[in-house]
Amino acid sequence: MLETLELKRTPFHERTSRLSVAQNWRRWAGYMVVGSYDLSLDHEYWAIRDRAALIDVSPLMKYMIEGPDAARLLHKVTPRDVLKMKEGVVSYTGWCDEDGKLLDDGTIARLGPQLFRMTSAEPSLRWLAMNAVGMDVKVTEVTDQMAALSLQGPKSRAVLNRICRDKLDPLKYFRVAENAIGNIPVSISRTGYTGDLGYEIWIPAEQALPVWDALMEAGDDYGITPCGILAMDMARVEAGLFMVDVDYNASTHTWIEGQKSSPLEMGLDWAVNLDKKGYFNGRRALEREKREGSSWKLVGLDIAWEGLEKLYGEVGLPPQIPSMAVRGSLPVMIDGRQIGYASTSTWSPVLKKYIALAHVQRPYYEPGTQLTIEITVEHHRKQTPAKVVTLPFYDPAWKKK
Amino acid sequence: MGVNTYDAIIIGAGHNGLIAGAYLARAGKKVVILERREIVGGAAVTEEIFPGYRFTEFSYVVSLLRPEIIRDLELPRHGLKILPLPSTVTPMDNGDYLAAWPDHEPTRRELYRHSPKDAEAADEYSRVMARAAKAIKPVLSLVPPDPSSMSVRDMLGLLKLGQFAKSLSEKELYRIAKLVTQSSADLLNEWFEFGPLKGTKSASGIIGTFLGPHSPGTAYVLLHHYMGEIDGAFRAWGFAKNGTGGVTAAIAASARAIGAEIRTNASVANVIVKGGRAVGVALENGDELHAKVVMSAADPKRSFLSFVESKHFPDEFVQQIKNFRVRGSSGKVNIALSGLPDFTCIKGESPLHKGAISISPSIDYIERAYDEAKYGQYSQNPYIDMIIPSMIDRDMAPPGHHVMSCFVQYAPYDIEGGWDDAKRDAFGETVINTIEKYAPNIRKIIVGKQVITPKDIERIAGITGGNIFHGELLLHQLFFLRPAPQWADFRTPLPGYYFGASGAHPGGGVMGAAGQLAAREVLKDWR
Repeated sequence: MLETLELKRTPFHERTSRLSVAQNWRRWAGYMVVGSYDLSLDHEYWAIRDRAALIDVSPLMKYMIEGPDAARLLHKVTPRDVLKMKEGVVSYTGWCDEDGKLLDDGTIARLGPQLFRMTSAEPSLRWLAMNAVGMDVKVTEVTDQMAALSLQGPKSRAVLNRICRDKLDPLKYFRVAENAIGNIPVSISRTGYTGDLGYEIWIPAEQALPVWDALMEAGDDYGITPCGILAMDMARVEAGLFMVDVDYNASTHTWIEGQKSSPLEMGLDWAVNLDKKGYFNGRRALEREKREGSSWKLVGLDIAWEGLEKLYGEVGLPPQIPSMAVRGSLPVMIDGRQIGYASTSTWSPVLKKYIALAHVQRPYYEPGTQLTIEITVEHHRKQTPAKVVTLPFYDPAWKKK
Repeated sequence: MGVNTYDAIIIGAGHNGLIAGAYLARAGKKVVILERREIVGGAAVTEEIFPGYRFTEFSYVVSLLRPEIIRDLELPRHGLKILPLPSTVTPMDNGDYLAAWPDHEPTRRELYRHSPKDAEAADEYSRVMARAAKAIKPVLSLVPPDPSSMSVRDMLGLLKLGQFAKSLSEKELYRIAKLVTQSSADLLNEWFEFGPLKGTKSASGIIGTFLGPHSPGTAYVLLHHYMGEIDGAFRAWGFAKNGTGGVTAAIAASARAIGAEIRTNASVANVIVKGGRAVGVALENGDELHAKVVMSAADPKRSFLSFVESKHFPDEFVQQIKNFRVRGSSGKVNIALSGLPDFTCIKGESPLHKGAISISPSIDYIERAYDEAKYGQYSQNPYIDMIIPSMIDRDMAPPGHHVMSCFVQYAPYDIEGGWDDAKRDAFGETVINTIEKYAPNIRKIIVGKQVITPKDIERIAGITGGNIFHGELLLHQLFFLRPAPQWADFRTPLPGYYFGASGAHPGGGVMGAAGQLAAREVLKDWR
C-alpha cells in the first residue's frame, strides 16, 4: 500500500502546508513538519524572541499514565522526585537505563492525583510497560489523538488571554492547567523549547484546526507568526536546550559505551534528585558519577568574533555565518589537542554571537576556560578561540515572570 | 573622591556619550554622564507623544551599531533587540511599485519585471559596492592617521590603510577614487535605466547632506550607507526594539550596571579650564563637577565654540570648527494612526508594510526637491523614507493601531524668513499631501502627528544646525578631517578635553564607533 511509504501528516497540515512559502519540510518522528514557512528564518526567529510564534509540535510522543501507581512508576523511571510533585506541576526530565545513561528526555505533567501526561522524543511505551510490571497503572499512547501547538514569545500570554476561558496570568513557569478555547477543552502548560515566555497547548486532534484558527486571529494584532522547527532550533541552542540524536544519543541506539551520555554529563544536575526516596533507574551509577565527577560535560561555547574576523580576514572575507543551526560535529581543542566536540552550533541573532553546545572533557569544562573550535574557512579547517560559558546563553527576564 | 569629583565627565547622554561612559566605567573609572534633557538618548529617543503611540522621534533605524559594542556591553541582556527590516518598496505614480526583498531571487524577478537589463546590472553593482565598502570599512575602526604628522601611531595607521589598499586591484582603486568624488546620479546612470530604482538608490546618497543627487560627493554617502549590508552579522538595516530609544535605554542600563552615573536635567554651561587643562564642568544650575578628563559627546559647534572659551584653542582650529558644515536638511513627521495606511500599490496587509516605503520615483524628483531647498524653501514634493514601526515591533502602538515614521528631505535649517509654527504646520501638510498621493486613506486614519524641523532637532536634541549626523558626511569632513585637520583622533587642542560624537570620525548614524574609539583614546592617555 502506497500510503505506508508516506510520512504522516499532523492535524494542522491543512493550515501549515498552505502557509508555507518555502515548502521546506522536515521529518520529525515519522511526521512531516514545516522546516520554515518563509524563505529565510529571520521573521520566524524574531517571532519567538519578540512577538508570538505558533509552532506545530504534534509529533511529540504523548502518553497518559493513570492509576494508583502512576506516580510510583514515574518516580522509578525518572530521576525526578515525582512523589513530591504537586498537581498542576510540570517537570522536565531525562530518563536513564540501569547504567545511568540517558534513554530520552521530555516532560511529565501531573494532571491529577493519579494522572500524568508524559512527552518524549522517542517511543517509550515498551520502556514504561517494562517498568510498570506489578504496578496498578495504565499507560496509553495518545500521540495521534492529541495535537500540540507551542506558542512561544513575549506576546504569547497576551494572545492566549484574548481567547482562553481562564486568563493565563496565574499560570507560573512549568505549571499546567485545564482551560478552554471557545468550547474546545484544552490543556495549557507554560513550557516550551525556546527559552522565552511560552506555552504549549494540548488539544484533542479532531479539534485542532479551530484552535489554530482562533490563535491566528487573536494573535494578528500581536504579529503572531507560524514558525517552523528550524527557527526553533536556533532559539533552543540560545536557551541551552539539547536534542536527542543530535546532542546526545539514546543509549538504546548506541553501539559503544562512548556514545552514551548521562544526565549529569548533559548538565542536568538540577533535574537529578539524588536526595529523593527509593530506587530509580540508574540511581547507583548516577550516585557514583556525582561522587567522582563527570568525565565530560555539555557546556556552552562562546566563539570569539575577533577570531572569526581574523581567520576570514586572512582570505579577504568578512565572517560568513550559516543562516541556520548547524548539526554537525566540530572538534574542540586546547593547545592543539582535541578534548571535545560541539554537537550544535548557531549564530545567535539576538546576542550577535556565534555559539555552540559542546561536549568537553574534564577539567576543561569549567566556565571561563579558553578553548578553540574548528571552523572551516574557504575549505580549510582552522581552529578559532572559544570560551566555556554556563548555559543558557540567553535568559530573558520575562521567561519566568 | 568627593561627590562631585570623577575620573571622567561625559557631556551628553546620546548613544555615543553613553557608550564612551560605559567603556570608561568598564575600565574601572569613576564616570558621570551629563544630560541636559530629562531623558537619555539624545537623537536616539523614543517618546510617547500621544498616549499609547510611541515615536522614534529622530533617528529611526540602525544598521552600523557595532557588534563588538553589543557584545562588550552585553546589550541584549539589557533589552537590546535589533529586528529585521526586511524590504523596501517604492510606490510608482502609475499605481505599480518596485520592491526589494532580502531574498535574491524574488528581488531579481521583481526588478526584471521593470527592466531585465537593470536586473542583471544590479547583481554586479552590489558586488562592486560591497567590495568598495569592504575596502573602506576597516578604516572606520582605525583612529584616523594624520598624514602630516610622523608619530609612530600615525605611521602605523597609515600602514594599515596602505595594506588594505594593496589587496585591491588597480581598477578597483580607481573605482573607489571615482566613487568618493562623483555624484550618485552619475554613478547610478552608469549602471541603471529604471527611474524608481535609480531614485531610490540615489536617496541614500543625499540623506543628511545638503546636496542633491547630482552634487559631486554624494556617491560616497551612498557607499557609507551601504556598509551596513556587508557585515555578515548585520546584513541589512534593522529596527531596534522600542525604537532607537530602546538602543540608548539598553546602553544606559548597561553603563549603570557597570557603575557609571547618569545625571539627567544636568545642562552644562561650560568646561572649567585650569592651568591650560580641562578639569571639570560648570552646570547651568551653578554646580561644579571636577574630573581628570572631560569628553564632549555634543556637536562640534557646542563642544568647541560654546562650552569652551575660544582663547583656549588655536585661532585656526576655531576657524575650522566655525566652517564645519552642519546645515540640517531634513525633518521628521511622526504619525499616530488608527489603522494601516492603504497604499494604492499594495493590496491589503502585506509583508511590504514591515519594511521601508520610499517616496523616490526618480533622480529628477529628488533633485527638484533639492532645488527648492537651495533657495531656502522646504520641498513641495519631498523625498520621504517611511517605516511603520508598529508593524515591526507591536509594542509601538495599541493593538490594531499604528505609528508611522517619515523621514523627509529637504527641509532646510535656514528656511527663508526662519521657521515658525505656521511654517512647521505647512511643512507637515505638504508631507501628508505627498503621502496621500500614494496612500489615499491617510488623512482619515491620523490620530495625531508630530512635525519636526531641523530647528526642532536643534531645540530638542541640542544638535546645532539640526543636522542628523552632527555635520554633513562630505569628503572634506570625514576621516582625518573630521571635525578638523590634525584633531581627528578624539583629542582636542585643550589637554584633558576629548571629543567623541557623530561630529568626530567616523561620522553619524546610530553606530557608536565615535564613543567607543574616543574612550579607547582616553584610556591610552591615562596616567
